[in-house]
Amino acid sequence: MATVDLKDVKKVYPSGFEAVKGVSIAVPDRQLCVLVGPSGCGKSTLLRMIAGLETISSGTVAIDGKIVNSIGPTERDIAMVFQNYALYPHMKVYDNMAYGLRNRGTPKDEIDSRVRATAKILELSALLDRRPRELSGGQRQRVAMGRAIVRNPRVFLFDEPLSNLDAKLRGQMRVEIKNLQRSLGVTSVYVTHDQLEAMTLADILVVMNGGLVEQMGAPLDIYERPASTFVASFIGAPPMNLLALTESASGAVLADGTAIAFAPREARAATLGFRPEDADVTFNAEAPPGALVLPALVEAVEPVGAESFLHCAAGGNRIVVRVAGRATATVGNQLRVVAKAEKLHWFDQAGKRVG
Amino acid sequence: MTPRVVFPNKILPYLLVAPQLAITLVFFYWPAGQAFYQSMLRQDPFGLRTKFVWFANFRKVLADPAYLNSIKVTVVFSLATAIVAMCVALLLAVMAEKVVRGKGLYRTLLIWPYAVAPAIAGMLWLFLFNPSIGSLAYMLRSFGIAWDPLLNGTHAMILLVSAAAWKQISYNFLFFVAGLQAVPKALIEAAAMDGAGETKRFWTIVFPLLAPTTFFLLVVNTVYALFDTFGIVHAVTGGGPGKTTETLVYKVYNDGFVNLILGDSAAQSVILMVIVISLTAIQFRYVERKVHYG
Repeated sequence: MATVDLKDVKKVYPSGFEAVKGVSIAVPDRQLCVLVGPSGCGKSTLLRMIAGLETISSGTVAIDGKIVNSIGPTERDIAMVFQNYALYPHMKVYDNMAYGLRNRGTPKDEIDSRVRATAKILELSALLDRRPRELSGGQRQRVAMGRAIVRNPRVFLFDEPLSNLDAKLRGQMRVEIKNLQRSLGVTSVYVTHDQLEAMTLADILVVMNGGLVEQMGAPLDIYERPASTFVASFIGAPPMNLLALTESASGAVLADGTAIAFAPREARAATLGFRPEDADVTFNAEAPPGALVLPALVEAVEPVGAESFLHCAAGGNRIVVRVAGRATATVGNQLRVVAKAEKLHWFDQAGKRVG
Repeated sequence: MTPRVVFPNKILPYLLVAPQLAITLVFFYWPAGQAFYQSMLRQDPFGLRTKFVWFANFRKVLADPAYLNSIKVTVVFSLATAIVAMCVALLLAVMAEKVVRGKGLYRTLLIWPYAVAPAIAGMLWLFLFNPSIGSLAYMLRSFGIAWDPLLNGTHAMILLVSAAAWKQISYNFLFFVAGLQAVPKALIEAAAMDGAGETKRFWTIVFPLLAPTTFFLLVVNTVYALFDTFGIVHAVTGGGPGKTTETLVYKVYNDGFVNLILGDSAAQSVILMVIVISLTAIQFRYVERKVHYG
């Protein structure tokens, strides 16, 4: 199998636009690395550079320790699943899957057995004689996966493969991709802008912004300890509540004047954050010591079923609090939002994590 | 099946299509009918007496070795013209796709020849390859080729095909460029990752996806080579030397308006009409089946 190593990879377009500004990522063997970030953060460009579809302006891309900068996509032995599948419309499903093997001169009977075995895994056996236009979105997605799997490549690349599917199918395919990747044990790089997909699929999560890596690590580590306000607001749904602080004589104050005595020195003039599920609401006046207590006005209630989201005005901001089950509060209620001190995140003026 | 549309007004739909119908009737059905009628008449040289002879003209024409020769010439000429025009245009279009800088200028220049009238195009080639004054003919001779389209039938045919194809290349080029742009880039990339080299990608992915364009151009080019090349033949060779470049269309003109054998000429044009109708029908019925539309 294979490892993928990026060292200080940069991409500068002829127009002078710098899409990727020096990214280093090491994907160990058999791991699934997810690149996540907003549109234009350079994640797709990075993926295309690994694929060999874009030239690398500087830095190196190595597969299995061998630098592949000057090797074309044809020889890299990588398979890619494209966003709109890129199935060959004039070929049957069987030929779509056999195409890569034929190009590599695989014997005919081996092609046949491999295509049929792959089709069986992906439940495509009954569809081998169809053309792509006769398939549903989910089936096309499967064929695209099959085309990648059948070749048994060293690395899989996924470019937002689920973004054209409806929500239900997306959830289903997400699980399938994860299981498939694990059972095949092929090193993979997966690009998405969907943080839920990123969280659930990744062994290694890379959050990108503006052509740079904001944070890299295990998904839950990133969730629990976001390195910056960008990561805090990008990972998690609904995102982390971020409140602006101003330095005061006794520590820091929020925009509405609520004093926060226990703010760390570096964050006093910057930002305080807490996750919607790490806060509670109470109608009582007393609060546990060392906790953040914010008077809040309920502006909207979103019942989702198992949980409800309260949108409140608090601390001069809009915040969201998750409560289990049905919310007892209604719009217009005045209440208190309480968050334990150990669940608070502090960020300095540059947006970097403090502590 | 789409449901039958029923218009509330019975007359209005007919009124709306009437102008189109009138034009077709006046400019197609009526002349075609006239030709068909004339093909069964025989006149004396002075046009004084006319005799109805049923299909005698057809029998005469089809037994005429000169006519059979003309069919052969037409087949060679049309096939050669269509193939050359399409192959060269495809090659140019693929190359033009690769140009990064000055793409627009390059394309414009390649499309220009289409604006040249057939007879003018013919004259250009005639002058360039004229054995006595043509600059390119001079070059050919300096390479040791005894270039003589005025006496050598094969040379005349090559010259004719070149002129006719040259004019059509621009048109084909335009369609091929559009066709190539419609091939999704992701497909090419997917094929590259599937291990297909550039040539292989072209023949297994791009070319099959161009099939609708190619098919359309095949129909257009065949019709062009059969009919619209009269001007070129007339200007370049006049059907000669001997009758080596006398195409069916040119023979219709020659027999009818030069030799004034109107009955024969009309019979020939009816045969020509049948050929074109069946050719187009065959193309749509059999070739189109192999075409995949997206």
